[in-house]
Amino acid sequence: MSAKPKLKQVFDRPKSLKDVPYHYCPGCHHGLIHRLVAEQIDAFGLQESTLAAASVGCSVLLYDYFDVDIVESPHGRAAAVATGLKRAKPDSFVFTYQGDGDLAAIGTAEIVHAANRGEKITVIFVNNAVFGMTGGQMAPTTLEGQVTTTSPYGRSAAEAGLPIRVCEMLSTLEGTAFAARVAVDNIKNLKKAKAALKRAFTYQTKGWGFSFVEFLSSCPTNWKMTPEEANARVGKEMADYFPLGVYKDVRAN
Amino acid sequence: MARRVLIKGNEAIAMGAIEAGCRFYFGYPITPQNEIPEYMSMAMPKLGGTFLQAESEVASINMLLGAAATGARVMTSSSSPGISLKQEGISYLAGSQIPGVIVNMSRSGPGLGGIHPSQGDYFQSTRGGGHGDYRTLVLAPSTAQENYDLTMLAFDLAEKYRNPVMILGDALIGQIKEPVELKSYRKKPQDKPWALTGAKGRHGQILKSLFLADGELTDHNWMLAKKYKSMEKEVRFETYRAEDAQLMLVAFGSVGRILKTSVDILREKGKAVGLLRPITVYPFPKQAVRQAAEEAKALMVMELNTGQMVEDVKLAAECACPVDFYGRPPGSIPTPDELAKEAMKVWRKRGLK
Ligand SMILES: Cc1ncc(C[n+]2csc(CCOP(=O)(O)OP(=O)(O)O)c2C)c(N)n1
Ligand code: SF4
Ligand SMILES: [Mg+2]
Repeated sequence: MSAKPKLKQVFDRPKSLKDVPYHYCPGCHHGLIHRLVAEQIDAFGLQESTLAAASVGCSVLLYDYFDVDIVESPHGRAAAVATGLKRAKPDSFVFTYQGDGDLAAIGTAEIVHAANRGEKITVIFVNNAVFGMTGGQMAPTTLEGQVTTTSPYGRSAAEAGLPIRVCEMLSTLEGTAFAARVAVDNIKNLKKAKAALKRAFTYQTKGWGFSFVEFLSSCPTNWKMTPEEANARVGKEMADYFPLGVYKDVRAN
Repeated sequence: MARRVLIKGNEAIAMGAIEAGCRFYFGYPITPQNEIPEYMSMAMPKLGGTFLQAESEVASINMLLGAAATGARVMTSSSSPGISLKQEGISYLAGSQIPGVIVNMSRSGPGLGGIHPSQGDYFQSTRGGGHGDYRTLVLAPSTAQENYDLTMLAFDLAEKYRNPVMILGDALIGQIKEPVELKSYRKKPQDKPWALTGAKGRHGQILKSLFLADGELTDHNWMLAKKYKSMEKEVRFETYRAEDAQLMLVAFGSVGRILKTSVDILREKGKAVGLLRPITVYPFPKQAVRQAAEEAKALMVMELNTGQMVEDVKLAAECACPVDFYGRPPGSIPTPDELAKEAMKVWRKRGLK
């Protein structure tokens, strides 16, 4: 009996990701998050109908990695750009991919109103508590006491307020249908992140409303940490202040 | 036969846009252009289109950017302070080569200024307005009819050049109520292979203005510069009683309109005065101005500001004849008689007969 060796491929690059190396720093979570998003695009069969709004931050080069149609947005405006995309092409799958400087500082008005209107878009929010691209300045999500290039003595609550919990804030809006905060620092969290993304994609593909997934993410370069230290910080300090979980799921059950 | 209706200038813009196939409008209220969003909010739902009152002018220009990236005909409108807020988005439209129509029913400034007619946004409109080395096509209507006609043209030009096109009016042009002949739009839709419609049967497509590779941004800017040069063939202007004019008045928009009556007054007194009215203020009718400078004895620019277009006229005239200026900061609308008197001052100063 000459049996052919039966090898089952269990891991591959998602079809909607291009076969190119990332420019992200070692230990940066952006690449992992890209992969998770691409997996869902594939799983839902959306590569041909996806329109993405890239933002300005370290992920500005989103279009170098995703093999889908992408438009660049001015810094902070991805939610408004995505609103235009979705209104013009309601049958498309529209997502934004934004950092915490982009979404929670300069783009606060756009994200609040897109959520409040219940735009049928999906927002991927990558919170690394710092302005990564511009060299590690303080973000609205920078933790109290955290040293950055513009909070050299540590973020002071008296001067700069305390970090904004965007997921909680957006959950208060009637227009937000799904909101979750996830992390990719370990396998358990990664699985939860996948599930949250799947749910967010379901919300849009079923036309149920605005869906939002916040990722706690590492920035070893600007946190001045090794990849391991940065990864550990996500699960400890970051998740302590920004608790993980599903904050809103209006169609649960 | 085309229908004639009595409508406001702002309504004419909205109706022209709809006739040209615009089905997406994003805006934020500001006087003196509110009739445009109001009209759109009434009309769009009935046409299966989108009217969206955005949270700001910043948001509305970026909604335009998103919708226009899919190849749709999209318009936004505002007035001076709101246009200032849109400028970053307009720069991105230019850099990413996404067409869109932006209406500026300008008001007076600086700052909150007032809602008087003003032409203080001439520089902002014709010099790109936002950051970077780019240009927008700028159409300057002077009647409600022109509002209607030029709005249709604006959509064609925006798509032809994949560039933002601005319609520059003021409170007078937006608020005036007069008869408009509703001509029908007959152009066929163009192919837009650049539009984002989903990566069906092809790889993902990108619309962007960021170019990081060595030399890429230089090439991109040269390509844009050539495009702006090629827009020069779109120059439009009107002349009025310009034949044999010794003094040629140059004015756009509302002042251009008022000056027609001033020219009539002066002609009646036997003065050979004519009018050259740029309809495109970018591209600027340089050749027409140059020719006028050669044929007339003097040029005189009149504006509702303290001197902006006069710089373009001087550049175009290349010292072929003297260029005088009468400017009026916002506050009141000049009458034809007042402007005729100003023209007579120059007539005498230049020793014309
Ligand atoms: C209008 C404007 N202001 C400022 C900048 C500079 N800028 C680029 S990215 C960025 C912050 C990015 O931080 P974030 O969104 O958190 O993304 P990250 O790089 O951390 O992923 C800033 C301030 C810009 N490009 N445009
Ligand atoms: S700077 Fe930070 S966010 Fe940017 S790629 Fe490097 S690690 Fe990632
Ligand atoms: Mg960040």
